[in-house]
Amino acid sequence: MNYTERYTRTAIALHWIAAVLIVGNLSWGLYMTGLEFSPAKLKYYSWHKWTGVTIFTIAALRLLWRLRHPAPALPGHMPAWERNAAHVSHVLLYVLFFAAPLSGWLFSSAVGFQTVWFGVIPIPDLLEKNRELAETLKLVHRSITYTLGALIALHAAAAVKHHVLDRDDVLVRMLPFLKQRPPAPPPPTLPETP
Amino acid sequence: MKRTSLLLAAALLAAAPAFAASQKIDTSKSFIRFVSKQMNVPVEGKFKKFEGNVDFDPKKPEAAKAEFEVELGSIDMGSPEGETEAVRPLWFNTAQFPKAKFVAATVKAAGPNKYEAAGALTIKGISQNITTSFTLNDASGTRTVEGTFTLKRLQFKIGEKQWADTETVADDVLVKYRFVLPL
Repeated sequence: MNYTERYTRTAIALHWIAAVLIVGNLSWGLYMTGLEFSPAKLKYYSWHKWTGVTIFTIAALRLLWRLRHPAPALPGHMPAWERNAAHVSHVLLYVLFFAAPLSGWLFSSAVGFQTVWFGVIPIPDLLEKNRELAETLKLVHRSITYTLGALIALHAAAAVKHHVLDRDDVLVRMLPFLKQRPPAPPPPTLPETP
Repeated sequence: MKRTSLLLAAALLAAAPAFAASQKIDTSKSFIRFVSKQMNVPVEGKFKKFEGNVDFDPKKPEAAKAEFEVELGSIDMGSPEGETEAVRPLWFNTAQFPKAKFVAATVKAAGPNKYEAAGALTIKGISQNITTSFTLNDASGTRTVEGTFTLKRLQFKIGEKQWADTETVADDVLVKYRFVLPL
């Protein structure tokens, strides 16, 4: 493995902005749906939707960036099944980055409450107001976001596993700080502390 | 007793001519919708149950009489959460004030097939004068009246306390209606 191969600064920046927004919006969604109906709740729903549209945009930017700047190669010690699992989960993450905001947007349209990004840019409603459809889409949005949450937990756990157990650079190459470890061969070295 | 009934009958007879031309609106073809702005987003809702009596001769709009009643509990906003809230005391308080009422006091012509009506709108026990312009369309045996007006919800105490915040729900509510009458 070429230990100098890292993600680009842009990829790292976008990854962490998306990470904060996605984890934040998932938690926010979980919190706000349990609230009593109130003006605050109406506000929180709007903020949640604005963040969702932002996440969708960032996911699109990341996908475009990634197509032109391939990810660094996976460490050589990984068995085939791990490589496949990594690949599948990354593809699935991207699918859900788009599916989560899309389902939320459609759900919102079916309820009859248009999404207006930051209260300024209206996102057209694809669906007519339809109560039964809204109930279905609510379930769809919930299932997608729960799956996304679970997948993110798996993604984070895998990153920690690579860092702590495998002692490779998979986590570090996506961090804006922390230097990468020196090349692998010379037997076990401790990670350089910043 | 007999005399009272006779008097009553006479009174009814005397009153009859005034109501002779009054017609009930065809509620199955009519609607009352409203658009409120929540977080600056227009959200449409409607009332499913209402009735109206109209006595209107386009040649003599000044002589028109019209009365409408809306069952506020029949509100349809798309979300069950919103509907549960809307009937509560802070909003319409339907337990105490189940109906909204509009009585047209004056109607005048405002152009070809265009009219303007003014009168008292009563919601939640509060009466306010409103003006609404509407159009008239006579076609294939029916008369269609369509119009709009804007009401200020806070004048009727629709949404009190924390809901009086107009940043979340705007004060202006656009009401759109269509009433279909037999010709």
